[in-house]
Amino acid sequence: MTTVPVAFAINGGRVEFRVEPRRTLADAIRDDLGLSGTHLGCEHGVCGACTILLDGQPARSCLMLAVQAEGAEITTIEGLAHRDEPHPIQQAMREAHGFQCGFCTPGFLMSAVALLAENPAPTRDQIRAELSGNLCRCTGYQSIIDGVEIAVRLLATTSDGART
Amino acid sequence: MKIPRFDYHRPESLDEVLVLLAEHGDEAKVLAGGQSLLPMMALRLAAPAHLVDIGRVRGFETVSLGDAAEVTLGALVRQVTAERSPDIARCAPLIHDAAPHIAHRAIRTVGTVCGSIAHADPAAEMPAVALAAGATMVAKSTNGTREIAADDFFLGYLHTALRADEMLAEVRFPVWPATATHAVVEVSRRHGDYALVGLACRVEIDGGVITDAALAFFGVGTTPVRVAEAERVLAGQQLSDDLFAEAANVVSVSLSPGADIHASTGYRRRLAGVLTRRALTRATTHIGGRT
Repeated sequence: MTTVPVAFAINGGRVEFRVEPRRTLADAIRDDLGLSGTHLGCEHGVCGACTILLDGQPARSCLMLAVQAEGAEITTIEGLAHRDEPHPIQQAMREAHGFQCGFCTPGFLMSAVALLAENPAPTRDQIRAELSGNLCRCTGYQSIIDGVEIAVRLLATTSDGART
Repeated sequence: MKIPRFDYHRPESLDEVLVLLAEHGDEAKVLAGGQSLLPMMALRLAAPAHLVDIGRVRGFETVSLGDAAEVTLGALVRQVTAERSPDIARCAPLIHDAAPHIAHRAIRTVGTVCGSIAHADPAAEMPAVALAAGATMVAKSTNGTREIAADDFFLGYLHTALRADEMLAEVRFPVWPATATHAVVEVSRRHGDYALVGLACRVEIDGGVITDAALAFFGVGTTPVRVAEAERVLAGQQLSDDLFAEAANVVSVSLSPGADIHASTGYRRRLAGVLTRRALTRATTHIGGRT
């Protein structure tokens, strides 16, 4: 098996390792780096469960090779909480009961964080449109959208609102 | 499924890319964003022996206004960059309007405009936009550079005029004329899905009279399709709802879209007519002198 070196920043730390070129970024994050919070549903870009932040922008980690992340800065769901303090979006989802089985939750949260970083006061329609690339088979979506709206209010009242 | 094995190449310069393509020909695929290629590989619909990752090649990520006549997008200009570029909004507004229809935000972060055009999915937005705008595809190989007009570029389902040893290095869009107006409309089952039928239209108008029109449909065949018969109906005529209805009828009878589980041929034909009226109305509502 041929492997190639790859190095990138993830959740504030820097990693360097060797991967088979065909390994997706999602598999590398989960299996090589042990960060299993990023979930894999469809593995071909449809479900959104594997959404991460790539240089601050949302991206499908199943639709990228790990080697394509060379030099990038990646944030996964594990990078949201600040020490023991949940990120406002995590707190908001808990308040809104914005998940049931939880499988899609990491992808939704990363998409929501990206949305709120660019647009701190989205309308309900904008939230719907921006999260339309994430599928949930449990909630019926209403509680997830409610959660993002709660996060908008929480972020507006916290001093570190821009934190991702 | 997992992506099948391939030999991975990460060249640092255009010359290295072209040498690799010359060496491996149709055994090789260019990897830009990979948002079409990688899912095809994951589904085992494609299994190239060599992937040439152009992500490290400098200069491909630029949008440039070289002279007043053209705006050039390099091979690595991401769809989200194109969507947000003020230069593109002004000089190639069809790209700006079509971009939000492409898949979802997370796909547009990584997917490229040139990649979508080279992939040539007949239901995708960018090939139809290139066709409606009269873009020029710039193909490079070790043998030199070829400029290919949009009308000659799309040959069949996922099939273009690019040879196996060529890459789409850039796409040039003629700077949008002040006399032109446009619209991009589509109907899909859900936001972000491929369109059942879509239309990118450009209409040039002088004193309330249409001087030139381009109607480029997507989702209606094996390539994006211009309907010359309907464009001729529009040319030289005063803007009017009756004219748009006539063009819509011509579109509906001219196209022969395929049927699938999502829509029948008859439904797609009807939809193409409805979208024609809708696009022409949207493109021209701000223009006075309508009858």
